[in-house]
Amino acid sequence: MSHAGPGTGPQGADRPDDVAPGGDPLPVSTHASKAGSTPATTGNTASATPPALPSWGNHPQAAPARVQALHWRDEPLPTPASAAPMLARGNGRSYGDVGLNHGGTVLLTRGLDRVIAFDCQRGILRCEAGILLDRLLELTVPQGWLLPVLPGTAQVTVGGAIGNDIHGKNHHQAGSFGCHVRAFELLRSDGTRLECSPDHHAELFAASIGGLGLTGLITWVELQLVPVPGPWLLATDTRFTGWDAFHELSRAHAAAQYTVAWLDALVPSGQPWRGVFSHGDFAALDDGPAPPKARAGVPFTPPLCLPRAGAVRVLNGQRWRRARTDPAPVHYRRFFFPLDAIGHWNRLYGRRGFVQHQCVLPPQVAIDSLVQIQATIAASGQPPLLAVAKTFGPLASPGLLSFPRPGTTLALDFPFRGEPTVALLAHLDAIVAEAGGAVYPAKDAHLSGAHFRQFFPAWQRFCPLVDPAFSSSFWRRVMADAKPPP
Amino acid sequence: MTRILIIGATSAIAEASARLWAARGARLHLLGRSAPRLEAIAANLRAHGAVVTTGLLDANELDAHAAALDAAGTELGGIDIALLAHGTLPDQAECDRSPAATVQALADNGLSTLALMNALATRLADQGSGTLAVISSVAGDRGRASNGAYGAAKAAVSTYASALRQRLTGSGAHVLTIKPGLVDTPMTRHFRKSPLWAQPDAIARGIVRAIDRRRSVVYLPWFWRPVMAVIALIPEMVFRRLRF
Repeated sequence: MSHAGPGTGPQGADRPDDVAPGGDPLPVSTHASKAGSTPATTGNTASATPPALPSWGNHPQAAPARVQALHWRDEPLPTPASAAPMLARGNGRSYGDVGLNHGGTVLLTRGLDRVIAFDCQRGILRCEAGILLDRLLELTVPQGWLLPVLPGTAQVTVGGAIGNDIHGKNHHQAGSFGCHVRAFELLRSDGTRLECSPDHHAELFAASIGGLGLTGLITWVELQLVPVPGPWLLATDTRFTGWDAFHELSRAHAAAQYTVAWLDALVPSGQPWRGVFSHGDFAALDDGPAPPKARAGVPFTPPLCLPRAGAVRVLNGQRWRRARTDPAPVHYRRFFFPLDAIGHWNRLYGRRGFVQHQCVLPPQVAIDSLVQIQATIAASGQPPLLAVAKTFGPLASPGLLSFPRPGTTLALDFPFRGEPTVALLAHLDAIVAEAGGAVYPAKDAHLSGAHFRQFFPAWQRFCPLVDPAFSSSFWRRVMADAKPPP
Repeated sequence: MTRILIIGATSAIAEASARLWAARGARLHLLGRSAPRLEAIAANLRAHGAVVTTGLLDANELDAHAAALDAAGTELGGIDIALLAHGTLPDQAECDRSPAATVQALADNGLSTLALMNALATRLADQGSGTLAVISSVAGDRGRASNGAYGAAKAAVSTYASALRQRLTGSGAHVLTIKPGLVDTPMTRHFRKSPLWAQPDAIARGIVRAIDRRRSVVYLPWFWRPVMAVIALIPEMVFRRLRF
């Protein structure tokens, strides 16, 4: 294959010098020496022994049969070697199995990380789908433009943001990420490239937003950004105890651009959870705090879950006491992405990993259900080590399977402890189902098929739009027992 | 505004280097074989503040070199940095079977590079300034069975770079030999990495820094220098029996 590529920028054995310029100079390990020789025969082919490619929660485990890295948006999809389905994977920040494809082909999109055009007059950005929000913000914020929706981490790709139709602290005003997507290109397994927008291929546009990567490969994306006066917000914390107080604060601060509540779920049993409600607005400040420095990350996964309830209780106490109850300037990166300061914090949960349960509960029943959830957790003896709540607004996403809908959303991180954790998650799902809410697939690893189809009734419209060569571990799990739509 | 020519601009190390230069507001001219891919890279660099033009060149078409370099010089109005990054990673097993494959591997990674180095050295010497930075490899430091053709080509590149460095001394122009080790890219992402693997971004930072500091030979990352020094000292009696 290398001979197909004379000259500059070889296309056959593409990117030789980045692959292994030195070949394999040393018998470092069997893997390293294999790596030195294999790319010579691959070009863009997959490896015989792909890695595990864990999800963010490191649970569940899955092993793809093939892994293929994409570098160019004009590349075709790999020809399926078998009936094994494909799935695109961005930066691997989905918690459960929506980004896993056990036994299938995983397409790594991080090499598709180029900006295509940025119109800094109108705030319209077109970029490849594998670029991280982090990189986009570096480019646009100094020019006065902000991504319209920011999740809790900047370490996600634009493609992943669409596939999961992510939301942020401004959902009550701005809706989800999908509300701000002007267009994208969808590469289907039959080789067609469809430019999807609300006006063109509108059905696939709607299916792909929140479509969990099942409608094909998104190669590029065009977004409408929002103007921003600078990198700083004025943010205020308010301490509260109990769900009534949380909802009162949400109503009182509905005019704030960004709101979120952090919760301390490690209060003594029987007491209501307490928390800190933060609201903030971007402000035109001449100067303000510097962005947080990236601290050392967690270099490897310890065998056991490190955070113990006792230690987290101490940290929660500090967080509670350190609430800044007067408006204070804060850099947007600290406000939106506090956990990004610690690389790979997910590893702290150890080899068994962790699960996040994120639900949304309709406004009428939210408080009753939240109290029920809290009681169920207390009875299980498995307190979440991290808990976050927010009120979603009424703006509907174009996405067929979009998760956000009006009501209260609650996200809970649990160390995975096997059967007891699975039982607790099933209890929580049942409460959400009874309330008429929904559970967020991007975080999920255990939702039943029946619950999924109840939470996302548009699945019947969605199914015919799924690319026949694409699937995921999540999709097979929740559709295994489904009758095909009429 | 630094004026930079990159040949083989679609390689990951070249693109990563170009991004670092773009962040400084450089003026870049990119040469490669695929117009859409050059344009994809160029558009991204422009969005990040660089002024970028592109041109098509197949480095194996030696007759096309002069025109491509003339056009680059005209576009840029002079060359402060020329980065040679084109090449292939030959399939050594096929080279072992086929002399034609070996010759092709030497053309891709050696002859075309030497021809471009010669032409660029002359231009920089006439100009009286500028750095010719060429990506060689640690593989060129000692031949091994598993990548003999590639290693031989890179040895030629390293040796010729040394010669050009002497030739240009006193002219105001300079030659940098870049010797990367193992580099982790999306394509090799599925291999388990040892601590010896480096990211293309890190290699690019090393290249930019070495050019800034007018270094002559840079191993990237740095630890390959002592490693290769030790490997160079292994007696042939022993080396010929090694399998790596």
